[in-house]
Amino acid sequence: MTSRPIATTRSVMGVPTGRLAVWWVLASEIVLFGGLLGSYVMLRLRHDAWADQSANTSTWAGGFNTLVLLTSSLLAVLAHQAAERGDGQKAARLLRYTILGGGVFLMVKALEWTHEIQAGFTITSNLFWSFYYMVAGLHAAHVVAGMVMMFIVSLTAARNEELHRVENVGIYWHFVDVVWIFLFPLLYIAK
Amino acid sequence: MTVLTPHTRADAPHHDQTNYVAIWGVLCALLGISIVGPMFGVRLLTLVTAFGIAIVKAYIVCAYFMHLKIEKKWVAYILGFMLALMLVFFGGTAPDVLERDGQQWRKTYVEPATLGGER
Amino acid sequence: MSNHAGHAEPAHNDEGFIKTYLWSTDHKVIAMQYLFTGMLMAIIGGFTVYVFRMQVAFPGEAVPLFGRVSAGQYNSLVTMHGTIMIFWVAMPVLLAAFGNFLIPLMLGCDDMVFPKVNRLSYQIFLLSAVVLVASFAVQGGAFGGAWTAYPPLSASGEYNLTPYGATLWVVAVALEFVAFLLGGVNFVTTAMNSRAPGMRMFDVPIIVWMIVIASILFMASVGPLIAGAVMLLFDQLLGTGFYDPATGGDPILWQHLFWFFGHPEVYVVMLPAVGIVAEVIAVFSRKKLFGYRTIVYTALATGVISFFVWAHHQFIAGIDPRMASLFSVTTLIISVPIAEMIFVYIATLYGGSITLATPMLWALAFVAEFLIGGVTGIFLGAAGADIYLHDTFFVLAHFHYTFFPIAIISAFAGITFWFPKMFGRMMDERLGKIHFWGTIIAFNVIFIPLFITGVAGDHRRIFDYSGFPDLATPELQYLRIIATVGLLVLLAFQPVFFFNFVRSLVRGAIASPNPWRSNTLEWAAPSPPPHGNFAELPEVYRGPYEYSTEGREEDFWPQHIPGSAPGAGQ
Repeated sequence: MTSRPIATTRSVMGVPTGRLAVWWVLASEIVLFGGLLGSYVMLRLRHDAWADQSANTSTWAGGFNTLVLLTSSLLAVLAHQAAERGDGQKAARLLRYTILGGGVFLMVKALEWTHEIQAGFTITSNLFWSFYYMVAGLHAAHVVAGMVMMFIVSLTAARNEELHRVENVGIYWHFVDVVWIFLFPLLYIAK
Repeated sequence: MTVLTPHTRADAPHHDQTNYVAIWGVLCALLGISIVGPMFGVRLLTLVTAFGIAIVKAYIVCAYFMHLKIEKKWVAYILGFMLALMLVFFGGTAPDVLERDGQQWRKTYVEPATLGGER
Repeated sequence: MSNHAGHAEPAHNDEGFIKTYLWSTDHKVIAMQYLFTGMLMAIIGGFTVYVFRMQVAFPGEAVPLFGRVSAGQYNSLVTMHGTIMIFWVAMPVLLAAFGNFLIPLMLGCDDMVFPKVNRLSYQIFLLSAVVLVASFAVQGGAFGGAWTAYPPLSASGEYNLTPYGATLWVVAVALEFVAFLLGGVNFVTTAMNSRAPGMRMFDVPIIVWMIVIASILFMASVGPLIAGAVMLLFDQLLGTGFYDPATGGDPILWQHLFWFFGHPEVYVVMLPAVGIVAEVIAVFSRKKLFGYRTIVYTALATGVISFFVWAHHQFIAGIDPRMASLFSVTTLIISVPIAEMIFVYIATLYGGSITLATPMLWALAFVAEFLIGGVTGIFLGAAGADIYLHDTFFVLAHFHYTFFPIAIISAFAGITFWFPKMFGRMMDERLGKIHFWGTIIAFNVIFIPLFITGVAGDHRRIFDYSGFPDLATPELQYLRIIATVGLLVLLAFQPVFFFNFVRSLVRGAIASPNPWRSNTLEWAAPSPPPHGNFAELPEVYRGPYEYSTEGREEDFWPQHIPGSAPGAGQ
């Protein structure tokens, strides 16, 4: 049992400390992705010719990946539901399925990118592609971070300990999903 | 030993009865519409289905999966404030970065012609 | 719920040196780590300015302890000076050190809510400092593209001549941002959730408010710059063209991304400084802080408005002139809440029973010097005047009249004030006063001439003015030399502080828990506080500024002493 300061157990604002911290992390991530996507939108509006570049992204891959992330979000919130009921084993299992979803997402991405790079659409071939790889790459890094965190949480959850962390890591994962919800139309649909 | 922080949300029953699968179904349907939308080739329809639906999907995920709907209100205000800041950033930067041409500088970049021919 | 947290034993000798001082999760130890790292970086930052000012004053002459300064080295020196002083001195000392040390103590807690994350954030910060200092040693030297790193200069090694330094600079800054984001979450969550029982929002000391608001400001503004930094890194390393017009990119995009953060950043460092001054002024006037709520609302207003002013740094960069008008208006508006804070401090002093101890001298100097910085900012906020003044030494003198009070004066106020609490000993007052007067007088001797040379047309970041016939006059050179002599005097007085600091650590008079007779909770803990801070976690009964309350015999009334009517209890 980790020696936790008494400070961590207080909850003056009525929101548990761990969850409050996740909200603040999300707040700072909103401006990170917001700045990035805002910059992309400005330049996209400036360069009509990017439509010809973005026509080469695969809407089906993007759509499938959106489905994958939405499903993984479902699994994450079901994990939270299980944790609420005190069922740590079930929560841990559902978290692992969520991680699997993240893995599928990354695999599809890898295949997508391989295909696009082989077709000649590299990060330097056009500024559209520079943004494409960078933004999706930064998102993918957040996916990986989420997968790692969920794995760590699933270890303690399986022992029915620290179950509140299931919800907290879930909130982070939902945010990763929301970012993709906006990336999908920006990079794949708005052609 | 279960260290489950008690929820201080008055609304949520002790056992969460929400049908998350149904919500997921709605999200998938919306996803489907946003993919089908561009196939009509109508620009306005594409934008509405693509981005309008994205906003709706994001709202649903935030409200129901993240439970923002039953969270303390000020949490949503903090997040909303961050979003508003992004609008400020966009508003202050777009007059410069969105512009293709200017009056006081010579543009050396040649915009490639669009294959589509559209605006 | 237990209120007993203190382990009354002294420094954990049984845990070994490493666990106690290098690998600790104790917020006080982490605070000291940030403080000492910041002070070390200040020495490096001070050295850079010594070298490049000597070059300006005596162009072409070999600078003692450095040698002859080349044009490229000059660029590196000015870049690193700005970068180091803002990100590796002001922020770690004001925000991380004081925040870490004071927040749990002032809120009556035993530690921050996430001690391990706290330790991690320092380690990432230390790594960032190492990366930055290492950049001095790489081929080409440290980054020479100015702390604002505008592309294409910063994106192309061909232009900035410091390709390796440039990339290390971006990496170091990015790591520093991550460290402060982690720290910020810790600070804000602790302050929101872990207050002592009885401590309402408006019973929280002003400095905690300021540090929290500053942390939120940082969190809300740094995202776009992190995005921009990734883009810059890709431009540097991968040959992308985010900021390159030739690929359809836009260098102005970087400027906006940078300054959208850069302007709130100055308030990120200003607010804790202003908070330190508030605490010191209240204690040494023995008077209730005037307008506590006003100060809080003003700080919040300043924070919000600070997001609407950023392009005043870009007035002549070619931005849309209509936006320039807009940003002019917002910039002039933001001077109002800050001026209000100054008025409130003066109102606190008025009628107070003032003791001019060293911390108070620093606090008063902050008010006076910052005032000069503030009013000169108004000239720069007006876009029309800025057309002439941009990139001149007038700008530089303006921001040193704000930054120096922030990073140096308030830091000395805070260190001299909280030294007894941090280390259990008193600093020497006489040495403190000598250090104070030497620093303050020399500071003004440096920067007043620079206002004059700036208005006369001195551009910033110029290695040698002999190439500018209008500026290479004996009169202007004379002023540049005076400024540099002022700097030498300033630097010469700093060993007085270090000597005082070290000697007091070892041989200073033992400090009682509350030598300044202050109300806030940190003074209820022993000096220095043990692991866990309080033998029994305090409860709070009133606000932090009940000084000279009517009906009370004592002129102070600590927050944790029970009683609601003056005269009851001690």
